[in-house]
Amino acid sequence: MHLEYNVEGGDFTRAGYASSQIKKTLKQLNVDATVIKRVVVALYEAEVNIVAHAYRGVIYADINGAGIQLRLADEGPGIADVDMAMKRGFSTASREVREMGFGAGMGLPNISENADNFSIDTIVGKGTTLNIEIKF
Amino acid sequence: MKIQDLCSLVGGTVVCGESRLDDNVEYAFASDLMSDVLTVKIQNFILITGLANIQSIRTAEMSDVPFMLLCRNKEVTQEMINIAKENHMLLVRSPYSMFRCSGILYSAGLKPVY
Repeated sequence: MHLEYNVEGGDFTRAGYASSQIKKTLKQLNVDATVIKRVVVALYEAEVNIVAHAYRGVIYADINGAGIQLRLADEGPGIADVDMAMKRGFSTASREVREMGFGAGMGLPNISENADNFSIDTIVGKGTTLNIEIKF
Repeated sequence: MKIQDLCSLVGGTVVCGESRLDDNVEYAFASDLMSDVLTVKIQNFILITGLANIQSIRTAEMSDVPFMLLCRNKEVTQEMINIAKENHMLLVRSPYSMFRCSGILYSAGLKPVY
């Protein structure tokens, strides 16, 4: 099964919509609740990151019997120092993002902890792509 | 602790999810930082927060949190209620601060997650 969702940068009213839809799909597929939670926590953090930092992005989800592959490709500023961004507590988020309850430098570490495989491809000035794999 | 009793203890008003008033909850987590809420591994707990916006409701949805206590009578929008209802969540508003709500509920036996 292949799913795609567009995400607009800065649109906090819609942030989480794609994660919510994918969560519903996984429930319908009777995926284990603990696994669903790992998927949606990683996905939601990544979706919020697009809204918080990028201009726009697309979430691609491929689901099969073995697991879920998520690719979140955004057009945005990119990440200048990935090692720094992965450090708990480091954040470049705006005040608006912090007022939404995020931007404490926990997003990427949260994604990493919930994923079986996680990689970041980024080009400064162009954008960032996250690849997240979670096995069922 | 029965949700009905919890509401009484914090002078709470139910915003939606009345059908869950007879449910029981054992654990609570209080935070305004949603990334921190997303690190909680258990599912059946009440989220005590002063952050009333779409993202706090979405965080509860992603975390499978069935109950949410909004402190200081924060305003709840229709959109927030819609998402809460869609996920069969109970939303309660209390006039008390997050500190006071947490203190009362901890003293009454609600357990901390950490």
